[in-house]
Formats: sequence, structure tokens, C-alpha cells
Amino acid sequence: MASPITAVWNWIDERMPSIGEEYRKHLSEYYAPKNFNFWYYFGAMSMLVLVIQIVSGIFLTMHYKPDANLAFGSVEYIMRDVPGGWLIRYIHSTGASMFFIVVYLHMFRALLYGSYKKPRELVWIFGVIIYLSLMGEAFFGYLLPWGQMSYWGAQVIVNLFSSVPFIGPDLSIWIRGDYVVSDATLNRFFALHVIAIPLVLIGLVAAHILALHDVGSNNPDGVEIKKHKDANGRPLDGIPFHPYYTVKDAAGAVIFLAVFSVILFFLPEMGGYFLEYNNFIPADPLKTPEHIAPVWYFTPYYSILRAVPPLFNSQFPGVMAMGLATMILFLLPWLDRDPVKSIRYRGSYFKYALAIFVVSFLVLGYLGTQPTNLWGQFGPWLGNADVATVAARIFTLLYFAFFILMPWYTAIDKSKPVPDRVTT
Amino acid sequence: MSQQEKVDKTRRNLVVATSVAGGLATVGAAVPFAASWLPSERAKAAGAPVEADISKLAPGEMQIVEWRGKPVWILRRTKEMLEGIKKSDDKVSDPKSEVNLQPEYAKNAYRSRKEDLVVLEGVCSHLGCSPQMKPVEARAEMGGDWPGGFYCPCHGSKFDLAGRVYKGSPAPVNLAVPPYTFLTDTSILIGDDKKGA
Repeated sequence: MASPITAVWNWIDERMPSIGEEYRKHLSEYYAPKNFNFWYYFGAMSMLVLVIQIVSGIFLTMHYKPDANLAFGSVEYIMRDVPGGWLIRYIHSTGASMFFIVVYLHMFRALLYGSYKKPRELVWIFGVIIYLSLMGEAFFGYLLPWGQMSYWGAQVIVNLFSSVPFIGPDLSIWIRGDYVVSDATLNRFFALHVIAIPLVLIGLVAAHILALHDVGSNNPDGVEIKKHKDANGRPLDGIPFHPYYTVKDAAGAVIFLAVFSVILFFLPEMGGYFLEYNNFIPADPLKTPEHIAPVWYFTPYYSILRAVPPLFNSQFPGVMAMGLATMILFLLPWLDRDPVKSIRYRGSYFKYALAIFVVSFLVLGYLGTQPTNLWGQFGPWLGNADVATVAARIFTLLYFAFFILMPWYTAIDKSKPVPDRVTT
Repeated sequence: MSQQEKVDKTRRNLVVATSVAGGLATVGAAVPFAASWLPSERAKAAGAPVEADISKLAPGEMQIVEWRGKPVWILRRTKEMLEGIKKSDDKVSDPKSEVNLQPEYAKNAYRSRKEDLVVLEGVCSHLGCSPQMKPVEARAEMGGDWPGGFYCPCHGSKFDLAGRVYKGSPAPVNLAVPPYTFLTDTSILIGDDKKGA
């Protein structure tokens, strides 16, 4: 006699077997390599943050008003008068930064272990599109509090489009729906932030995971576990995702949430990096803040934008360089010509290149948060150029060199022999 | 396949034609949605010209009025300021205002209709921040021979008091001069240069 639970399950399974099939395909019989290390926490964690952002975001929309006259006040109302509103708001604003931290670490993992390489190119491409959508989501969301930095940040970014040759000025008016960032802009950014981009993101996450589960996960050794299977067709070095990795990811989630809570309760603005001080002043179209900087996760690209000097009386080249800096990620699977995936067995050229790339990204990120006169000027013999601008130019070149020289240094790199099976 | 069936060309062509027509209709249906992002009639009305009273503007003083949500500066320049502009001719990248950013009547040495009174859009030509006026007194901060001008706090662009951009600034071109006209000696209309608008 079957237990009542089994009976209910059987009743459902007879009518909709796809529930059980999908559960087995993606969880209980999805065989993941047994040697996942620390770097493999961040994929599941970014899904956790997505859920946190969606839930906290839904509750914020219940009190927020997408109106240029009311928006700033409604955010302060959430912070002061709505019971627990400050917590929900800080969860959402801290969550945005945590999202990028986790996604950046997740992407770095892909660089370390060659997870973008054949046959996982589509997994990588979906991932890059997720990253770009996430940047859009963050940008649209940052306008909503209608603070000074919201307003002027949006002003700067929308004006990037007006540098596009010929159609630029009309394009930026179309994006804003007005001659300046205004109520019309706020209203449409709200719509994009709360419904359009989140829908796209959820669809892309599904595509990212489906593409991954079709080819199987990579691992720190960069060997294909599907090459060695037992009599039942299961990879010898694979373990079922559930319960092994669900338990492991749950442990990771506990630690992540502990860190998240510390930031949330003690450093919700992170000294002006997660929420900028100027954003606690209502937007004023007639007064530019002393220093405009985007939130930290955009600053590497912002540095690249600032570093490129105008050409032919147009600052479009800088905009192009910034766009190219993100678009070039799509080409990564084809730029890397080394058949060896994992950094464990790759040669020293790639290791140095990756180290230089990481340093460039971090330095550009730091410079983007600071005014260009940060380190003073060179003497007249160098045309009084800002030291920080020259540094940003050098690191911009290094950023692009990582990608552009990749076909060359990965082809001549001396890699070590790759083991047949996973090692640990 | 058990047997090779011939494709019915007529039906296949009809399917293709229907798909193409449907695709075109879908693109057509997207047009009103894209058009809904254009400035509304209300936004366009709010972009109408504005009138400013300049009777109380003393030499060396600047007045800011809002036009199309942008700050527009009206500055009455002193003799010294005008001399400072002359002196910066070789430091600015477009001293003769070759780039078309001003109406014809402002394409001159001081970029203005009347020599002393300049009207400028207070929006940096780099990325749309609003520069700040740094008079001659701000030399300590702006460098020893600063003749007075504007400084953009966002990315460090420098402009002289005619809105001409200094060489080496991130801003590619001069500050724009909006269309304007003097209604009387003490009143100025910004946004339109034809009287009676």
C-alpha cells in the first residue's frame, strides 16, 4: 500500500510526467563533475540574488511612485515611514551591488577554467547577454530614486547616444522622450526596470542553464567527464546535482547571506560606493554635482570612455571604445586558440595575460570612481596631462590587448599535459 | 520517410508569402509603440521659448534661466573679461567657432549678438554636465594664468568666457549658443530668434 504522498505524486505523474522528467534531467540525474571548487558557488548564488532582487523589488513598487515630483519623496517615505521599508530598500540597493560582485566572480571563473570554450560557446554567449541586460537593469533602476546622481548619471549615459553620427541627437530625444531627462524618462525607465528587463533576464537565465545542461558542466581540470561513462551511461567523475551540489550550494548560500547581512545592516551604502552620497539630494536639472561617477560596477567602462580623447570634434570614439570593451566578450571563445581549458594546465603567457587583465580591470574600475585630477598633472613637458587620464589610457590599452593579442599568445603558449580524468 | 512526397510549390509559396506579410504587419505594429517614446505634445509645449529680464544684470554677473530643462547662462562681461577671451585665442581648439554650434549672428569673436552680453547653453559638450563659472579670482585652483572661464566638474573640461573649449579638454567642441533675440534692451527671448514669436 503506497503512502498518501506517493499516491498523490503518482496521480500527478500519470497526468503530467514532464514534472518528474525535468526534475530528473536538471537535478537528480544531472551529473556534474565531482571536483567543483570554491569558484563554482557563484552561478547558484547569482540565481539567489536574482530571486532576492525580484522579491524585494516587487515590495518596493508597492510604495514607490514613478513621478518626477513624487519619486524622491516616495523613496524617503519607504526609508522612514513604511514599516521595515528601510530594510527592503537596502536589500534591493545592496543586492544590486552583490549581484555584480557575484556575476564578476562567476565570469572570472569562466576565464580561469576555460568554461567559454567549445562546446560551451552558447553558454558563454547567453551569459554575456545576461551581463549586458543586468547592466541595463541596474542603469534603469538607478534613475528611479531621482536623486542628483540618478539624474546626472542618466544624463551622461543618454548623452552617449547623442554622439552617434547623424541620428544621435534625435536618438537621445527619443530615449528620453523629452529634451532633457524628465518625468517621461523616469516613467519609461520604471517600466523597463520592473517588467521588461526582468522578463528578459529570466528567459536568458533559463536559456543559459538549458544550454549548460545540454553540454554538461566544465570543471577546474577542464576535462570532459562525459568521455568516461559507466555501464549505465553515467559519467564516472560525475555526481548527481541533487543532493550533492544542492547541499553544497545551500552551505554557500548561508555564508553568502551572512556576508550580505553584515553589509546590509552595517554598511548599506558602502562608504558611497553602493549608494552615492549625492543621491540623497533630490535631482536638480540646473545644478551638476561636483563630481559625477557611476556606481562601482560600471566604472571600468566609464574609465575607458573618459580615457579615449575626442576625434574629429566628436567624442563618439570614446563611446565606441566603451561599447567595444563589452562586445568583445562575445568573441572570447574564438579568440582563445589554446585547446587546453583550465589554467591548471595552461602555459605562463595566459597566466600573465589574465593577471594583467584583472589588474587593468580593477585599476580602471578604481579610476572611474575618482575625478581625473586625482593624481595631479604631469609637467608642461607632457602638456600638463592628468596623470590619472594617462594611466587610464595605458590600462585601457592593456584591457584590449588581453583580447586582441589572445589569438597570438594562446597559440604559442606552452601548456602542460591535461589528465584524462578529473584529479581531485 | 516512407515515400518521397513532392512539395506543393503553390502551397509552399503561399505559406512564404503569408509569413512575409505577417512579418511586415508585425513590424508595422511596432511603429506606434516606438513612436510613443517620442516627446509628447505636452513635452513639446514645455520646450517653448522663455523670456528673461536682464535689467538688473550688472557687469561680471551671470543669470541662469531654464529653457527646455537646460540651464541657459546670460553673462554680462566686463572689459577685462573680453580681453581675457582675446588672449585665450591660441589656447582654445576652435577660436573662430567653425563648428556649427551657434546661430550665424553669434559666429564672431565673442560669440554673441552684443559684445558684452553672451548667451550660452550651460551644458558641457562632452557628456551634458553643467560647468561652473570660475572667475579670474579662482586662479589658485585653475592655474596661474587663468583668465576666467567655465570648468566642468565631471570630466575637467575648461571653457573661456565665450564658451570656447580649451585644447586638451575631454569636451570635443564649444558650448552651444541657443537661438535668442533681444525683445527690448532689458529683455531677452531664449529659444527663438525671430521677433514676435
